Amino acid sequence: MPPSNDLKDGGELRIIGFLCNWCSYSGADAAGVARLEQPTDLRIIRTPCTGRIDPLFILRALINGADGVLVSGCHPGDCHYVEGNFHARRRLETLKRILPISGIDPERFKYTWVSASESGRWQETVREFTAKIHALGPAPRMTDVVSRSKDLSLEGLLLQDENGGA
Amino acid sequence: MNVLETMKKCIREALPDLDMVMGWEQGFDTLHATPLFMETAEDVDRLILGPTCVQSLAVHLPSLKGKKIGVVVKGCDSRAVVQLLSENLLNRENLVIFGFGCDGVVSLSRLKKKLGALDFIESAEKKDDRLCIEINGEQQDLPFDDICAPKCLTCSRPNAIISDHFAGPQRTPRIPAKGKTALEKFEEKSLPERFDFWKAQMQRCVRCYACRDSCPMCVCRDHCVAVSRNPHFVSQEATASENFMFQLIHVMHLAGRCVSCGECERACPMDIPLGLLRAKSTEVTSALFNQEAGLDQEAVLPLLSFNIEEETIEEHD
Ligand code: SF4
Ligand code: SF4
Repeated sequence: MPPSNDLKDGGELRIIGFLCNWCSYSGADAAGVARLEQPTDLRIIRTPCTGRIDPLFILRALINGADGVLVSGCHPGDCHYVEGNFHARRRLETLKRILPISGIDPERFKYTWVSASESGRWQETVREFTAKIHALGPAPRMTDVVSRSKDLSLEGLLLQDENGGA
Repeated sequence: MNVLETMKKCIREALPDLDMVMGWEQGFDTLHATPLFMETAEDVDRLILGPTCVQSLAVHLPSLKGKKIGVVVKGCDSRAVVQLLSENLLNRENLVIFGFGCDGVVSLSRLKKKLGALDFIESAEKKDDRLCIEINGEQQDLPFDDICAPKCLTCSRPNAIISDHFAGPQRTPRIPAKGKTALEKFEEKSLPERFDFWKAQMQRCVRCYACRDSCPMCVCRDHCVAVSRNPHFVSQEATASENFMFQLIHVMHLAGRCVSCGECERACPMDIPLGLLRAKSTEVTSALFNQEAGLDQEAVLPLLSFNIEEETIEEHD
């Protein structure tokens, strides 16, 4: 393994990949068959289509402690089911733009398109994304214990008292 | 005839052809209104209209589909009705809409924060831009803007945007106060600060589901994915992470559908500023799909449609 996933504490991070069966999963498979070296932090979950990927899968993974989530499917226009990835594109983009309000770093979530023949592109995608997640480090967890006392600096927002509403 | 009397007259005339008309009546004191389900002419006598009529009655409409129902709506409530119609969750023929021009509603949370406690209120009355309230024998006179629902401060549609009967005069929308919105202020915080903020807030959540149940666009009721075991997206454990997951489910399921009525935040007994999440989602979907929920009965949900070329989405290859 190249030293690209050399964390200071020596560990791997948890990256979840949701890949469509027809393009990206085959592309990843082809990259494996061709022995294109990749970091091993990514755990791949195969789905029939990016249209099957509920944005809640991604949120659930992030909240459960995934350090990164990578979604990949057929290029727009090449969907096996014709329009699955067109629907996915809107959902994934919406999620990506909403994420910052939750405090979850939107850089921890990436969606892209990789076809079955693009094994080199797959290798590059995995390398880049893994390197980025390693640069960000382990994700903060909701489950880490924090004090129950109120964060006073944010108190003013509670009832939106100055200047009104959201 | 004043607005209330005009409204009562309209409802009495329409009632014989309807199963029920929904409005508000006084609750346990003059500061609290409670939904009123009018079936007879006598019931209509109890109707009130005013700054205490905070609840959006549109929330009850989907479960009454099939009946002939009348509903009294403020400007914000009417957007929920439009959105429900556009999603085919209501039949227009079975619905009679009684609209009026709203002059703002109170926020009990803000009022409580101002007064310390809200025990029995002897009287509460809106006079121009002030709320005069008698509490524990003491007279209080408060600027309305200090205690109104946050959404009223920036309300651009106080008049029902859809109605079969409109009582009283049209109100002029207010010019929003200058200054940053709560969302803009929140977005000045760094990502880790925001995350910690929600972590602290979500530890306060008691998972009562009031935010969901008060949302006029949450129509799944007993089939809500937040309580289903299959799929099992979220456990019943009321921990910060499960509560946050539940909130984000609400936000995602409301993306492009949220009508910014503020009911979720109003209903939250823990005063969690849920509106921040909804405001962001509305900002995102408006920017991406150039459409706002609850304004057009013919609109198609943005997340149920697509363009082959998306102008607002950067290509990822
Ligand atoms: S999410 Fe909140 S603001 Fe949006 S429609 Fe539901 S109750 Fe109203
Ligand atoms: S209303 Fe408030 S306390 Fe209840 S489930 Fe919603 S966020 Fe939690």
